[in-house]
Order: sequence, then C-alpha cells, then structure tokens
Amino acid sequence: MLKTLTKLVAAAALLTFAQLGQAQQKLTILWAQWDPANYLQELVKDYEKESGTKVVVETTPWPDFQSKAFKEFTAKGSAYDMVVGDSQWIGAGSTGGHYVDLSDFFKKNNLATVMAPATVAGYAEYPGKSGKYWAVPLEGDANGFAYRKDWFEDPKEMAAFKAKYKYDLGVPKTWKELGDIAEFFHRPKEKRYGLTIYTDNSYDALVMGAMNTIFSFGGELGDYSSYKVQGLVNSKQSIEGLNFYKRLYGYTPPDWGKTFFQEANQAMTEGLVAMSMNYFAFFPALANPATNKFAKQTGYFAMPKGPTGKQFAALGGQGISIVSYSKNKESSMKFLEWFIKEDVQKKWAALGGYTCNAAILKSDEFRKATPYNEAFYQSMFMVKDFWAVPEYAELLTAANKRWHPFIVGGKGTADDALNGLAKDWDATFKKYGRTK
Amino acid sequence: MAQPALSGAGPAAPRRGMSDLAIRNLFIIPTIVFLIVFNIFPLLYSLGYSFTDYRASMNDEVHFVGLQNYRELLEDEYVWANFTLTAKYVIMSVVGQVIVGFGAALLLNRAIPAKGVLTTLLMLPMMMCMAVVGLFWQLLYNPSWGIVNYVFFTEGKVWLSDPDWALAAIAITDIWMWSPFVMLLSLAGLSAIPPSLYEAAAIDRASRWFVFRRITLPLVAPLLLIAVIFRTMEAFKTFDIAYVMTSMDETELVAIRLYKMAFLEWQTGRSCALAYLMLLAVLAITNVYVKYLNRLKAR
Repeated sequence: MLKTLTKLVAAAALLTFAQLGQAQQKLTILWAQWDPANYLQELVKDYEKESGTKVVVETTPWPDFQSKAFKEFTAKGSAYDMVVGDSQWIGAGSTGGHYVDLSDFFKKNNLATVMAPATVAGYAEYPGKSGKYWAVPLEGDANGFAYRKDWFEDPKEMAAFKAKYKYDLGVPKTWKELGDIAEFFHRPKEKRYGLTIYTDNSYDALVMGAMNTIFSFGGELGDYSSYKVQGLVNSKQSIEGLNFYKRLYGYTPPDWGKTFFQEANQAMTEGLVAMSMNYFAFFPALANPATNKFAKQTGYFAMPKGPTGKQFAALGGQGISIVSYSKNKESSMKFLEWFIKEDVQKKWAALGGYTCNAAILKSDEFRKATPYNEAFYQSMFMVKDFWAVPEYAELLTAANKRWHPFIVGGKGTADDALNGLAKDWDATFKKYGRTK
Repeated sequence: MAQPALSGAGPAAPRRGMSDLAIRNLFIIPTIVFLIVFNIFPLLYSLGYSFTDYRASMNDEVHFVGLQNYRELLEDEYVWANFTLTAKYVIMSVVGQVIVGFGAALLLNRAIPAKGVLTTLLMLPMMMCMAVVGLFWQLLYNPSWGIVNYVFFTEGKVWLSDPDWALAAIAITDIWMWSPFVMLLSLAGLSAIPPSLYEAAAIDRASRWFVFRRITLPLVAPLLLIAVIFRTMEAFKTFDIAYVMTSMDETELVAIRLYKMAFLEWQTGRSCALAYLMLLAVLAITNVYVKYLNRLKAR
C-alpha cells in the first residue's frame, strides 16, 4: 500500500515538473487590443509548430495600453517578454532601461536596409541617426483616407461639383481639393457630412491628425536633434496647416469633438461621410462586407499634397521590443530571428498585418492584395512622426491643450495656439535639461 | 446522589458570543493592519514622493526637490484652471442634486399610490456604473438623434463639443445619477419628523411656507447636510463620467489632470503633490461643512 502511494506521489511530482518545464517554453507579447494583434496570434502558431515554444499575444484596450505597459516596466515585472510598443515610446523605453538593446541583432541581420527606412527611423532607432536600435519594425502604419467611391462617381454629383469648383470630382491630389470635396458633400440637412478627422485629445489622435496638414503645408514640430521649437512649430506654414485642419473640422458631423479610430470607421459604416481619416490598420474592417455594408463602395487614398507639393502622413505603427526584465530574453531573440524571415513576413502580410519589409511592400503581390495596400505602400515612404523623447507624453498634453480649444472649441487663433505651444515645449525641454 | 447547592454564588452562566480579546484579535487588529498596509502606508509613501522628481517610467536616480513640485503646481495656470473648473462643476452638480433630490423626497413623503415601487425605480440611476452612464448620456446628447434635443426643443444643438455647454452637460448627467442619493437621505430625515409638529402648526394655521421653513427644513437639515458632504467629496473627485463623455479642455477636471499627469506623462512626484493638494482642498471643504453640521446639531 505504502509502495503504491509512494509511486503515485512520485508520478504526480514528475508530471508537475514536466508541466513546469513546459511552462518555461512560453513567450508572452503585450500589444493593444485590435485586429493586427489577432493576426499576430494566428501567425505565431507556426512558430509554436517549428520550435515548440508557445507564444501568447496578450492584448489590452488602446486607452489602457500605454499605462499598463509602463506600470509593468516600473515594477520591473517579467509578465511580458516582448512588447509591441507605440513609436513614441521608443525614447522612454530605451533611456528608461526597459528595452533590450537590439543594435547587434539589427546589424547582424542587416535590418536597417531590409525594413522600410521610415519604419526603422520611426519604430527602432533612438536617438535619431544614432545607430542604436531597440525594436524590430513589426506593424507599419500611417494615416490615410477612406472615401465613398459611389458618391464620387455619381454623374449628378460630378456635374454639380464641376459647375461649382471648375474641375473634376475625383480622389483629391491636394489638401485644397480635399477641402473643396469636404465642403461640397457637407449637407447637414440631409444628414450627410464632408469628412471625419481625428479630434480626440485623450492621447495622440488629435495631434496625429493635425500633423498631416501641418507637415504637408511645410510646417514642422521642431528640430528633433537640437530641440529647437521657436520659429518652427509656430512658423507661418505650421499656422496655415493648423488653420486648415480647423477648417476641415467644420465639415465633420455635429459634436465630433472626441473622435478617434472607432468613430472614424463608424461614420463610414453608417454612410454619414464622404471621406474618413484613419490609420490604415483600421481599414480592413471597412473593406469587409460583414462589418461595412458599403464595403464595395469604399475606396482608399494616401494623404494629399500641400500647397508647395510637400506630402506627408502621420506615422502610426509599432516595433516589437524585448523587455529588459523578461526571464526569456534568449528565447525572445530566437523568436525575433524567426519573425524577420522573408517567408514569415510574407505570411504576416497575407494574414492582414502590415509588414515593414521593404521588398515585400514594394512587390506587386502586396500592393494588389487589398483595396488599401497601394495607398498604404505610398504612405510608408512619406511618413513623419511626433517627438519620440522620453517626455513625449508631456509634449502631447501641451499640444492637446493648445490645439483642441482652437480646433474644436473655436477659441483663439492658430497663431496663439502655436505660439503658446512653442513656449510650453521650450519650458519642457529646459526642465529636462535638453536646452538651456 | 448529591444535589447541587442552590446558592447565589454558583458558577456564572456561560458568556454568549466572543470575548473582547477575541473581537480585538479577529476583527479590529486585521482591520487596522489592512488600513495601515493599503491606506496609510501608500498615503505616507506618496507624500514622500511628492517632494521628489521621481518618474515611475524611468530608472533615473530620484532627487529630493523640497517644495518645488507644490510651488510649480500652484504657479501653473493650467492647474488653477482645473481647480476653478472643478469648483464650478461641484457647485452645479451638488446644488442640482439637492434641489432635485430634496424635491423628490418632499413629493414621496406624501401619501401617494405605489410609493415603494416609485422610490425603488427612482433609485436605479445611482446603482449603475458611472462609465456606462457616461456612455449612455453621450448617446442621449447626440445632436442628430439624441433624445435630449428632442425633449428640450433644441434641434441640432451640440452639447459635448461646445465649450460653453460641455461642463453643464456632464453636471446634468451627474445630477440625474446622484439625486436619488440625496432623495434617500432626505426621505429618511423627513419621515423622522414627528407628525405632532405639523398638527400643532395646522392648529395655529401656519402657512405652508412657514411650516417648511420652521419645521421641515431645520429638522431635515442635518441629514441633508450629510448628503451634501458626501456628494461634494464625490463631485470633487469626478473622473469617469467626465472622461468618457467628452475631452474638451473645458471639462478637464482636476482628477482627469491628475490621471494624465500620473499615468500618461509619468510625472510621478509632481502628480503625488497634486493629489495632496486635492486632498487638502477636499478636507478644507469638508471641515467647513462639518463645523456647520455641528452647529446645526447644537441648536
């Protein structure tokens, strides 16, 4: 009896140790809760088959994403082995000691040339042009526009537009044309509106939206290497860009003062607007007839040009970093080695992820795979990002506080908003010793 | 067989329940330990942080900066704007809740049919989750199809994106949600007033206004004031409703500013200082109320 009992206990102990051993072969990736995270979860099943290591993509809602990740970093927690962090986090993640230095990995795999240059600069390198890399570009993204092809191609609308504006109605090539089209379709009495733009100031939506016009009008947010902002963020061109963004707000549906990706897509699926600004990552839902009854009538285009021909799109997207406090750094590194393989990147793109691999991006196969991939491809070569310094969130708050009352509240002027912002940002950079 | 002696000095009857020692060990000490670990310790720890330049998102060395955080906050025009806005919101919200809640209590204090069911139904709003209430009211305020514009004949009026109306719109939502709380406490106070006082007033042919001013209000005032204290404290800390309903600069209450400073900007030391300024403000207001309440009780 005693012998049987001893055998049973030994078997149970062995089973437990075996399970513990298996549990060590698990990697956890933290990302925001959205479709690309589901695509990644699908993709990593192949890695599990190949390596035997289980990879779990843990997601959290967007508004909570940044605070959840940084709370874990602050506690030096090992709950996550990798994080697909927002592009602006790279400064805080690297200088805060939260991300593992991937410079050698980057050089060994020649990633600076394999990946699209904008994604390397935006998601991986910090400080800019330093040759220090902290992430592998994973999900490329930028702002673009979805539009109602059927409205644009309606002969009556085309004739009326030509009579009013003296040129043909079509996909706008410039911001001026986009403004005209938004004005033309803005018919509140018919519950039909010109467009939607980002206006939510809880995080970076409003700022990213306004950056599209500011950059394309020739404005800047500052000199990212010298931290000079006076004369740049409040230049004549920046003021024109911000004024234009405010003008666009006048063509949005009423009470559209807290709008981000959900509302932008909702306006399209409900047939409210002619055009909708959003990140490309949210366009798959618009192209899917199950989630958008106007899917077949929806087209996509990249950000148009400014008055002098400059053309920029606000950078979205993320790179994947290894968390310094992970207990599985080596396994994570092996996972990244697998992830950057060309066949894996191809499958990633086929699943719906926006690969950052330059060769795949340029391929006809990718560009014709979906109705929005061509616009995405164009956008990825004209992206520009916000400040990526560790104190980026303070800079964002100041921009939101200056821009939102002007754009949505109709208070003050663009000059006041940008002069005030230059003062605020100057003070922030002085506080952190970046300028004197 | 010997019979037990019947005398007054016999063995004492067994004590019912627990001894004082057992109560102390089982309930009081764990509660105090819990309070110290989860309330007092973090409170003191954060007080320490409020005198430093600590940033939780960075692994930088932490420096003692004395009163610098407090000084900078008190010189910050945005923070003053947040406090002013919060004061406006507290006044709008609490005054509205007292008027609606006390009015409803006066009506329910009468003999009306289905009074119990009606009282229960009126209390439903305060049982809901604040964020959900905020999201529902966001829909109700929609200028195109929200019911608010339909009811007030204000077709097409924009509420939540209008800098002049957004704060009032949030206060109205808060009034809808929390007036039942004031109603409940007022009703308790009203039902405790002896009917003989009203009978005596009726014999003296006192007017309704006189009865209300001299009997009803003074006797219900202590409970009403307790409701006001609770509601003021809660309104001062409002975060969720305002955060989910709109993101106007004109609705950035001090709790929202604190959240952004602590968890988006990771200015940990500075946000601890702001939290203490908030705490001081709430304590000061509550102290005024409590003094007034004691004076009322002393009458």
